Amino acid sequence: MVTASVDLQRVTLARGRRDVLSGVTFCLEGSEFVGMLGPNGAGKTTLMRALLGLLPVGSGDMLVLGERPRRGNPAIGYMPQARAGVGGLRLSGRDFVAGVVSGHRWGLPLLDRDGRREVDWALDMVNAREFAARPLSEMSGGQRQLLLLAQALIGRPRLLLLDEPLMSLDPHHQRSVVELVRSVQKELRVTVVFSAHELNPLLGSLDRVLYLGGGSAALGTVDDVITGPVLSRLYGSAIDVVRVNGRIFVMSGGSDVERDEHQHGAGLHAHAHEQQRGAHAVV
Amino acid sequence: MLSYDFMRHAFAAATIVAVLAGLVGYFLVLRGQTFAGHALAHVGFTGATGAVLLGMAPLWGLVSVSVAAGIGIGLIGGGLAQRDVAIGMVLSLALGTGLLFLHFYTAFATQATALLFGNVLAVDARTIGWLLLLAVPSLAALALMSRPLLFASLQPELAEARGVSLRLQDVLFLVIVALATAECVQIVGVLLVFVLMVGPAASAQRLTTRVGTGLLLSLGLALGEAWLGIALSYWTDWPASFCISALSVGAYAVAGVPSLLGRPRASASSISA
Repeated sequence: MVTASVDLQRVTLARGRRDVLSGVTFCLEGSEFVGMLGPNGAGKTTLMRALLGLLPVGSGDMLVLGERPRRGNPAIGYMPQARAGVGGLRLSGRDFVAGVVSGHRWGLPLLDRDGRREVDWALDMVNAREFAARPLSEMSGGQRQLLLLAQALIGRPRLLLLDEPLMSLDPHHQRSVVELVRSVQKELRVTVVFSAHELNPLLGSLDRVLYLGGGSAALGTVDDVITGPVLSRLYGSAIDVVRVNGRIFVMSGGSDVERDEHQHGAGLHAHAHEQQRGAHAVV
Repeated sequence: MLSYDFMRHAFAAATIVAVLAGLVGYFLVLRGQTFAGHALAHVGFTGATGAVLLGMAPLWGLVSVSVAAGIGIGLIGGGLAQRDVAIGMVLSLALGTGLLFLHFYTAFATQATALLFGNVLAVDARTIGWLLLLAVPSLAALALMSRPLLFASLQPELAEARGVSLRLQDVLFLVIVALATAECVQIVGVLLVFVLMVGPAASAQRLTTRVGTGLLLSLGLALGEAWLGIALSYWTDWPASFCISALSVGAYAVAGVPSLLGRPRASASSISA
């Protein structure tokens, strides 16, 4: 039997004194693309940090690739949310990725031939070889996201946790990042947990949806999970699911829940939101 | 010029300090912690004046108080950016306390000027020995931690997930920064620590996008600016600290020219990408 990549049994996770998830049970297979959705504060980042061993599990059993979560597990790749500081660095994309290779070990940051090959491989996986010589400060947001993904791939992980890779990207770049992650996931046969504010950019690429809300979680195909009854239970209020031209909108009392969430996101990304609104208007 | 003992001492001291400051400064600028470096120097001023009041060499007050402050800033933790206000408050108090010590220790004006603006031409052979003794372990420690430090600087969340202790890196690095600033004070003084710690490193990061080249360039610029500054001071009889600061700021300005000229092209390519 293939080991499940993530296995939660009645897991409770707390942030401060508040239980973010309580009694959550689900299991992710060995190789699948899972979109993790849910309102702000539903526990997406908290769950990732717990899987990485950075946050203690309150109660219940959590297994990651058959092991208890532990910090520094090389089998897990992690792409944190993009920080504003990265965009200002006058450092080449290649060195940005190279800094991750054996980065936890003491010593000088010199790469041997294997290390350089690993960097080349990671850059090739995300098609970043071409622009990797340029400084981060002269790249587009999408290009920087690809380099963050390349960093996550260093060490050839079997589980990839990607925290909001689409944040602050325009719809065109969102599509290309999703497609790239899908092809990496298939080629490396890894499990990807991809958190996002909006479902639509992921439609057609993901295998299953993990929807968090109200302290619990629902896992299943889009058709199983993105339904009025399931989401009403997670949000704790009446939710309608509207499908228009292959796009799905989660509505609460006539307003688009996901879009509202998105607009509450960090103020830094106001420009991207404008573009997003534009996309909605087209539909 | 080198026939005088004080000139030979000045060049020797400047060499030791520039090597340390150039390399430490590169990481300081990369991590966006330059303000912390600035603060450590100010806090060190209190230590130095306190030491003089107790009849000790100012260097030891400088070293012990700034190292303690470095550990303190590291342990407070939190986001690097959020610390600025706390650091600013602490350094204001430190400078004020330093002034109080000066008030108690009358006949202190030359000492105070030397601490604030440096006096590289007054460095004696004994001090050079101490500078070397502090610089060697600092450089060894920096070399040993440079890989995890680079990782933690570039991508802290991922580094933490991969098993790097951010807190430990931060505290260790700030101790090294404290030692480096204490050394810089001997050359350029508390108020001008930036010209050796930050100027060369910031210029280097404007000129190259590679880590290795950047480190070497930062080291080279720090050495060149310190040496040339002392030589200029000898020829013109102007204060060495002024000459070094003019060179440091001048190099930073010149380093900005290429990117200024190249900007239209760079932004065009990022739009098309």
